[in-house]
Amino acid sequence: MKLKKNIPLIDQHDKHGFWGKKFGGSFIPETLKKPVEDLTREFKKLRKNKKFIKKRDYYFKNYIGSPTSFIKLEQLTNELGGAQIWAKVVSEANGGAHKIYNATVHALICKSMGKKYIVGDTGAGYAGKMLSMAAKKFGLKCKIFMGAKDIKRQKPNCDAMRRNGAEIVPVYSGSQTLVDAVSECMRYWVSNCDNTHMCVGSTVGPNIFVKICGWSTAQISRELKLQLKKEFKKIPNKIKLINCVGGGSSAYGFWSEFIDFNKKQIELIGVEAGGPKNSKLHAAPLSRNAKIGILHGAASYVCQNNEGQIKKTESISAGLDYPGVSPIHCYLKDTKRARYTYATDESALEAYKIVTRLEKINPSLEPSHAFAEAIRIAPRLSKDTIIIVNSCGDAKKDRDILKERLEKN
Amino acid sequence: MGNSLIDQSFKNAKKENRPALLTYTVAGDNSIKKSFEILKSISEYADICELGFPHNTPIADGGQIQTSAYRAIKNGIKINDVFSIVKKFKIIKKNKAIILMGYYNMIYQYNENKFIKKCKQSKVDGLIVVDLPYPENKNFALKCKKYKINFIQLLSPTTSKKRQKKIIKDSHDMIYYISMLSTTGGELKVSPRKIMREYQKIKKQNKSKNVVIGFGITEKTISLLKKADGLVVGSAICKEINNSIKRGQNAVTNVTNVVRKLKNKIK
Repeated sequence: MKLKKNIPLIDQHDKHGFWGKKFGGSFIPETLKKPVEDLTREFKKLRKNKKFIKKRDYYFKNYIGSPTSFIKLEQLTNELGGAQIWAKVVSEANGGAHKIYNATVHALICKSMGKKYIVGDTGAGYAGKMLSMAAKKFGLKCKIFMGAKDIKRQKPNCDAMRRNGAEIVPVYSGSQTLVDAVSECMRYWVSNCDNTHMCVGSTVGPNIFVKICGWSTAQISRELKLQLKKEFKKIPNKIKLINCVGGGSSAYGFWSEFIDFNKKQIELIGVEAGGPKNSKLHAAPLSRNAKIGILHGAASYVCQNNEGQIKKTESISAGLDYPGVSPIHCYLKDTKRARYTYATDESALEAYKIVTRLEKINPSLEPSHAFAEAIRIAPRLSKDTIIIVNSCGDAKKDRDILKERLEKN
Repeated sequence: MGNSLIDQSFKNAKKENRPALLTYTVAGDNSIKKSFEILKSISEYADICELGFPHNTPIADGGQIQTSAYRAIKNGIKINDVFSIVKKFKIIKKNKAIILMGYYNMIYQYNENKFIKKCKQSKVDGLIVVDLPYPENKNFALKCKKYKINFIQLLSPTTSKKRQKKIIKDSHDMIYYISMLSTTGGELKVSPRKIMREYQKIKKQNKSKNVVIGFGITEKTISLLKKADGLVVGSAICKEINNSIKRGQNAVTNVTNVVRKLKNKIK
């Protein structure tokens, strides 16, 4: 198992859609074969189409607000006294998180395929909010599937979805979180695939959805590469790119341009949700060595029991609260190109407190997991080491949880 | 494969000038013992019994079957219990064909080869794997064939003609045609006439294959489709189990009544 150079990771799969012969694929009901094939063909065509690329770049710049800024966190760096800590403030993107890239691209594809309806899943509510924004922007009717538990804990994003005219479909089955929302969204698509386009909110699901999402978020690392060259004159010699990993869309987007680099020069660190301290439940299939399984149409490391039933997960961060993970992250783990670890609810909260006390950014609970790892490792690293954290979401949506948890402590 | 119990079941129904009736129930709903009793009782009327091994992330099932599956899992059903149910059933009903149906992750975790061997030992006649489509299922289907287990291919209204041909060519004794774009248990949103037209197109390609129609079939709609080789009823049965439990009534009696009525409609 070896990574290829000069080929985007999203394209390094075999003809059956597997990365490293075992991750990914398209485990879908027969009814979805055709819509998935149609989408695959369309995307293949569009990504080579100069006009489409121009359109994408236009909306990325004028609608999403690319590039998002790249800043040094001076106070945090001084406080920790080791490596320099920088942030790519992706939460500046329109809507407040990286999910807008994938949503915009899906809306453009939906338009190009002549479909009028678009549906999507959401956990933290960002994927849903962004899809509702993009749908409104491009004149599409939008339905968002969301776990009942998440609807309660991410109210600000739900309000935004409704304001954008989207219908939120609450999902009451199973654990009432993201995993159930994705299942229900897929079921809806099975029944309505003739006139409806489906957007999967992360780099998960059947092969084509992993590719479209990764292709969309890759914008983050294209920007960062230019920003690094501008800031340091060249790509520095010791970089650590730290990103939270739920499904893995922001992490792939943050890393994609840097995967070909030697890992001694650019280390990729993914931080999963460890859940509450001392809890047996977590959402960290990579770092806590889950077995390979099939979930939502793809093979990946999945939190499951011996029988293959998907396990419940628990995390303070709805966006990371998912039992599976992108097949491309599984591949990055097995090829040892990226290192994966986890942060508990408590350490993510602590990191949130430290970062917001010292800096002017307001990372949501998802990137707070990445900051927790940055804060843990920075003090023992040299001053010429550049840690960059993808601050991929804004904490506005976490208002209620933060209020409750921080007042308690 | 020919000469299989599944093939024979269709021949027997044909002799009586009617389609075969296929039922679907979930193993372990609402207990291992109860699901066995239901299976035993409805097999008096059903020609082939599909038995679901429940998964907690079923991406192609509607509400009724989901409810049955979650209830069965909650009540502790394990894959080996499913095999035990089949084994026990086959001792008393050795001529009744049994098809196991479920999602691939369960088979993957059990190990493909071990799973197929266990099917053979328990006398399972066929397998339907919802999320293992053609051509990804080629290898697995071949393994099944080696053990004389029917791997049942699915066709849907979205399946292109070219694809249909390939699938039919690689299919075993039975093919499952999904009547409409829907999860299981949806209301029939396509006219039976149109469904039968699609069915005939499939049938025309290879007359020796037994083609069944499933999804959206209830007491109301079943007689309109009776020209088919076989008809599958699942959600309507699971719904009856659900209602019986809710009302505190005997699920075995109630479900058997439903299946008997279904059978009467296609005689």
